[in-house]
Amino acid sequence: MSTTVGPLLSIADVSIAFGNEHEPLCAVRSVSLEVEAGEVVGLVGESGSGKSLTCRSVMRLVAQPGRVSNGSIQFDGRDVLAMSPAELRAFRAGDVGMIYQDPFSSLNPVYRIGDQLVETLRANRGLRKAEARSEAAMLLERVGIPDPQRRLLSYPHELSGGMRQRVMIALATASRPRLLIADEPTTALDVTTQAQILELLLEMREQLGMAILLVSHDFGVIAQVCDRVAVMYGGHIVETGAVGAIYDNPQHPYTRALLESVPELEAAGRDRSEQPRPGIPGRPPELGEELPGCVFAPRCGYARPTCREVPMTLVPVGPAQASACPVQPFRQQEARA
Amino acid sequence: MNAVAMPAAAEGVRRRRRLSLRGQPKSVLVGGAIVAVLVLAAVLAPLIAPYGQNELDFAQQLAAPSASHLFGTDDAGRDVFTRTLYGLRVDLAIVLFVTYVSLPLGVVAGAMAGYHGGWVDAAVSRITDVMVSFPFIVLVIAIVAIVGPGTKGVLIGVPIAGWALYARLARSEMLVLREQPFMLATTALGYTQRRAIFRHAIPNLIRSSLIYSTVDLVVNLMLLASLSYLGLGAQPPNAELGSVIAQGQSTLLNAWWVATLPGLVLVLFGVGVGLIGDGLSDGRLRGGRA
Amino acid sequence: MLGYFLHRLALAFVVLLGLAVATFLILHLVPGDPVLQTLGNRATPESIATARHQLGLDRSLPAQFWTFVSHAVRGDLGYSLTLNAPVSDVVGGRLGPSALLILYGLVVALVIGVPLAIVAALRPNGVVDHGIRLITTFSFAMPTFWLGLMLALILGLWLKWFPVSGYDTGIGGILRTLTLPALTLGLSLATIVVRTLRSGLLEVLQTEYIEAARSRGLSERRVIVKHALRNAIMPTITVLSVNLGFLIGGTVVIEAVFQIPGVGSLLLQSVQRRDYELVQALALLAGAAVVLISLATDLLQAVVDPRVRLAGR
Repeated sequence: MSTTVGPLLSIADVSIAFGNEHEPLCAVRSVSLEVEAGEVVGLVGESGSGKSLTCRSVMRLVAQPGRVSNGSIQFDGRDVLAMSPAELRAFRAGDVGMIYQDPFSSLNPVYRIGDQLVETLRANRGLRKAEARSEAAMLLERVGIPDPQRRLLSYPHELSGGMRQRVMIALATASRPRLLIADEPTTALDVTTQAQILELLLEMREQLGMAILLVSHDFGVIAQVCDRVAVMYGGHIVETGAVGAIYDNPQHPYTRALLESVPELEAAGRDRSEQPRPGIPGRPPELGEELPGCVFAPRCGYARPTCREVPMTLVPVGPAQASACPVQPFRQQEARA
Repeated sequence: MNAVAMPAAAEGVRRRRRLSLRGQPKSVLVGGAIVAVLVLAAVLAPLIAPYGQNELDFAQQLAAPSASHLFGTDDAGRDVFTRTLYGLRVDLAIVLFVTYVSLPLGVVAGAMAGYHGGWVDAAVSRITDVMVSFPFIVLVIAIVAIVGPGTKGVLIGVPIAGWALYARLARSEMLVLREQPFMLATTALGYTQRRAIFRHAIPNLIRSSLIYSTVDLVVNLMLLASLSYLGLGAQPPNAELGSVIAQGQSTLLNAWWVATLPGLVLVLFGVGVGLIGDGLSDGRLRGGRA
Repeated sequence: MLGYFLHRLALAFVVLLGLAVATFLILHLVPGDPVLQTLGNRATPESIATARHQLGLDRSLPAQFWTFVSHAVRGDLGYSLTLNAPVSDVVGGRLGPSALLILYGLVVALVIGVPLAIVAALRPNGVVDHGIRLITTFSFAMPTFWLGLMLALILGLWLKWFPVSGYDTGIGGILRTLTLPALTLGLSLATIVVRTLRSGLLEVLQTEYIEAARSRGLSERRVIVKHALRNAIMPTITVLSVNLGFLIGGTVVIEAVFQIPGVGSLLLQSVQRRDYELVQALALLAGAAVVLISLATDLLQAVVDPRVRLAGR
């Protein structure tokens, strides 16, 4: 139950940097994002955009030598960055859960599935061994794994990718967290399994009333499950909004380019040469590359000289949409063909 | 003493490098300096030693280290520093010999095994498996038991046990190497197998063995010192580091320097080589392609 | 699992056989005549012939080998001429101290090595890490016998905490007389343990499953001990078993330094006494011990890491 009104998760002006004090290399700059209770928020961007780092910072799992150099992260009114080690452990154990892209490397290969589940249940929910075992079987069933009693005895390498991801979800949701962070949960899976896992995530959201922060580079995945989405590029958030609004009327040139580069399945029948598949020329900024003004300007077809002078800020452009593009706003007729 | 325990140095295997002194990591320079000084001292022993190696002086028995006797004297009045120098000289000579006899024996055997495959490979592999699983020192002791104590026993014994490691190394490299285009070409060009192995493959294989041999040198030096400590090396009155230390054991309480200081020289040598190995494996060796 | 075990057993048997052949061949083909060594100046053609006949050296090599092996499998390792007793009796009496020494040494190595490795891995390039690196570089370079002497000097003669030679039975006796030897052995081993375990831990601590474990709110202690250590210990076990030869060789030297009546010092005495049968038997035993212990560690690996059971060829 929420103890305060306001968003469940609030990331405000967070920057994540590597390197030392004197020469910090910023990977994430001034990112702000909110997730309400029960909401599914997507974080989309290409690799290197900083989305994985951002979502890890919520649980303070940014690996050394990276650190959150600026900003605040609030969960349910509590300051995550100021938590003591004990509070942090409790926070990770009970309030937030995380699932990873590669379900094989996120499960300890030398322990059985059942043992790993039981361990979490005993440590975090204080269950006794027998209770934990039956609860573990129930958790496996809840994520749709057939024959759960037998599966408890399996090792990770004995399961398929989709099953492992389900186990991962079971582990992460064992303590009924209020927020689940999913970092590219379907990228390593085939399309059919992908759809199943996404459906499972939505089911769990219903069952547990859980919010989800879904990170992906695939807009198609985002569109399937998210209520709202934030688009990241070069360590900055360039646009946010409801999924439908962004899809129909993207305001930031990068978002538009991203949407245009998604191949459409319905167009499969058409002759290949007719399908426009524009890639975005140029390359994303390197870690630590300090670009004046808008970070997308070098590759942007709509860039004006002023773009490189004005610092990036998210400005509301609609009822539920905000964009960091200073070349505002795009008319409807300029929306994607 | 620590046969495979320096993976660090062996990791330097895959790097080709042109050596230049400038800008090398500190550990390589320091290590190199230590080793160079010791080797030089050993080579120049007859020139720089203050006394004769067997010069007795009963007036100066068990004298503590001083200006005139840097390492003190032993129970027969002999200068320990001199004996250490000569001992190092003998030991280094023997060690160089046995290591660089083991190396070619092993590399050739391993190369042939890896190249031919089949029963040759199976046979050599089984043999090397067996040899490597043998406690090195036990085997050498047993051989010395037959041959008789003295330098001869060591010179024969160590290569018999020591070739196996090089064989393994060369074999595993050869297994990879023989699939390389230039090796496959030798068959297509109709070269004899001997030519292919010796003129083409081995020059490539030998690099990693040479790198490993620096570790092996230290291992063998420790082994040699242990053997002469046990009385199985060069016979008295010739000085060998191990036997000098052994002689110091009976007077350990009142003349600690006889046993301690020569040992420190050994340790220093090992540290020097170890530093070089560490520096190489850290991969920061400049002036070459990694 | 059973298949893996049987396969390993068969392999070990083959290697053991190879060992017997190798030992036998080496000792018989190496230049030098043990008989002449034994008889020395008293050698006359008759006495030589007699001695050779006694040792069976006048028969063909294969015949000798067959006798050797067929007796060995029945536990008869020959007869020691100088000690006037069957080899197996002589060896049996001496196994105890050596085995205890090795075990004690292993314990010391683990007790010192594991915590140090953990600290070094948790704070890489910190003060402790660099300190450990430096110390391990030094201890790699120390000959075992010298280390033993130094420990004897400092802890035995100067501080008088332990005796520097001899062996006593009983718990108290063992602790008193075997501590210095075990410390010598253990310190050398500990350096191997620290180096391998540290790098293994560093690697494991980077993995996603460790991050996932932390993300579930598991305590740091549990993450390190239950998850990280269990995965990182495997390459360490491998390296230790590879260094078994060193372990056994070190025992020989240490027993000489501290006058422990184990199989190591037995080997040395038999060399000095030119007791050919004994030397051969001991060499074979040492090799066999290495093979069997390697087998045991292979099996231990399979228990600790389930993936190994699949991969076992």
